[in-house]
Amino acid sequence: MKKFLIKRILQLIPTLFVVAVIVFFITRMLPGDPAAVMLGPQASAEDVAAYSERLGLNDPLYQQFFDYLVNLLRFDFGNSLNYNQPVADLIMERFPNTIILAVSALTLAILIGVPAGILAAKKQNTFIDYIVTTLSLVGVSMPIFWLGVMLVLLFSVNLGWLPSTGMGSINDGLWPFFRHLILPSLALATIPMAEFARVIRSSMLETLSNDYIKAARSKGLKETIVIYKHALKNALTPLLTVMGLQFSKLLGGAVLTETIFSWPGMGLLIVNAIDRRDFVVVQGSVIFVAIIYVVINLIVDILYKVVNPKINLDDQHGGGS
Amino acid sequence: MSDPLLKVDNLHVEFKTGSIITRAVNGVTFELNEQENIGIVGESGSGKSVTATSILQLIPSPPAKVANGAIYFKGKNLLKLSSKEMRKIRGNEISMIFQDPSTSLNPVFTVGNQLIETIRAHKKVSKKQAKQKAISLLDLVGIPAPDKRIDMYPHEFSGGMRQRVMIAIALACDPEVLIADEPTTALDVTVQAQILNLMKELQERLGMSIIMITHDLGVVWETCDKLLVMYAGRVVESASVKDLYQQPLHPYTWGLLDSQISEGQNSAEPLASIPGSPPDLSYEIKGCPFVERCPYAQDICYQETPQLNETIQGHAVACHFQTSEHQLERKEREYSDGDAT
Repeated sequence: MKKFLIKRILQLIPTLFVVAVIVFFITRMLPGDPAAVMLGPQASAEDVAAYSERLGLNDPLYQQFFDYLVNLLRFDFGNSLNYNQPVADLIMERFPNTIILAVSALTLAILIGVPAGILAAKKQNTFIDYIVTTLSLVGVSMPIFWLGVMLVLLFSVNLGWLPSTGMGSINDGLWPFFRHLILPSLALATIPMAEFARVIRSSMLETLSNDYIKAARSKGLKETIVIYKHALKNALTPLLTVMGLQFSKLLGGAVLTETIFSWPGMGLLIVNAIDRRDFVVVQGSVIFVAIIYVVINLIVDILYKVVNPKINLDDQHGGGS
Repeated sequence: MSDPLLKVDNLHVEFKTGSIITRAVNGVTFELNEQENIGIVGESGSGKSVTATSILQLIPSPPAKVANGAIYFKGKNLLKLSSKEMRKIRGNEISMIFQDPSTSLNPVFTVGNQLIETIRAHKKVSKKQAKQKAISLLDLVGIPAPDKRIDMYPHEFSGGMRQRVMIAIALACDPEVLIADEPTTALDVTVQAQILNLMKELQERLGMSIIMITHDLGVVWETCDKLLVMYAGRVVESASVKDLYQQPLHPYTWGLLDSQISEGQNSAEPLASIPGSPPDLSYEIKGCPFVERCPYAQDICYQETPQLNETIQGHAVACHFQTSEHQLERKEREYSDGDAT
């Protein structure tokens, strides 16, 4: 385990380096001069040139790249061109909001998607199964911007039950906080929910056909124990993979959902930064998101071991027996 | 005479896939007495495993369905029990071991966990007591250092050791009947003998009855008292092991016996085999199911299905030409010519 962790943390370095390089050059390739965009259409050419100079945008590219890398090594993501604030502060301000939304959506997706998938597998080829498979197919293919707008239309505009945008402060009490959370969470949870249901259904079906399930029944165990203990634990591995990916995605900022619901999270931060050519923020956020992906992948790999004792993390070839 | 411990009476099991109905078991009847060992032999698809799994109602339903018949255990018809009552019998009064121990143990739980859950499913004991019992069971089936091995996962055991664990689980609640579905098929030859010896020894010690399902006649000679030969979902011959060995009556049984390797057999000599293959059970079978492969077949065999009749005391056979009055002349090694490629 220790060997595994050290190896994985060392692997982080080249991964992040590659991400940093790519992000740097892609943001530089964005059309439009950041200084001009920021100062607005009325600004004179001199002002733009002076501002570019101040931002260091006139330095040769290799110089900019070198400075950027050195700063990264010191964990300095630079200052936002737009907000004139350290990027790290901006991220730390926005990231908790994204965590709230992501955790809430993931919980919803797990609580509904997983039991639905298990139920469908248990009742394979029955009406219940058809309903779950159809709904999950609809769910994974649902365009999230459309769903978000429809939710707003129904629950905010027509029924007036829930607020359409913004985030409630927890200081105002639990209910205002939750009210704001419901619609974006629902929109965000749909795809993972449907995907979890599909994955756990097919993996449960495969597991349920195993001999050890028949053997478990032959021991006189209750059906709930056979399903939720013997089958489920074996069926979890593919679900963990999908869950890890989905959670990383959610934590990286749900761009569409956060935009529709004006949720002040990472997604909105990145979109606004791209709009304003604030490439320092874009760089910092993307690298931060990359770190999240890598960390969650690491956690998922460790969870594999928890779920399946045959997996040997220190052995690269993975064979335990 | 007292009632048998287990009686399978005219059991019919069907598998329905779409509009096709496959009659996997067609009227199987047999009795198992206390401390008796019955062997059920037959080739793949003969319905022996389906018969055995039907006793514990472990056949997947749907597609499988018991279409007719009864299974009496201590006078109760198991097919009439609720699922809760049935659960109390499984693993407790009747337990089962399976062909491949490497797939019948759950890979993600320790063997101790799988043993303890079985004990606690049927007996009101504390976790600690159950663990003690589990350790003693592992010891009983000959697993060294059971107190350490109990916390290991199945993949940390060898094939033979895994089957010992399966036996320990099956014996956890002192069952009266143990159904062994090809318990040695997936094991090395040397390990096979060890497992069979263990089962024999445990049977003598614990006094249970065993239903041994196998396609290996060698296994039944060693372990069983009585033998059922199954073909195409029917019992075609039933007798004590001694009678069947000395005087087999059904042409199919002859074929099975001939296709065994005999002692001192010249290795250059091809093994005998029964030509053809069993009938497709998704069609109604008219006449004797073995007719297409039987070298003794006559017109009547195509017309009428022979019933299982006792020809000699305790020896029943389903063949038109094997009756108490008249018997077939067995041709030696009839099947070895030409078809052993």
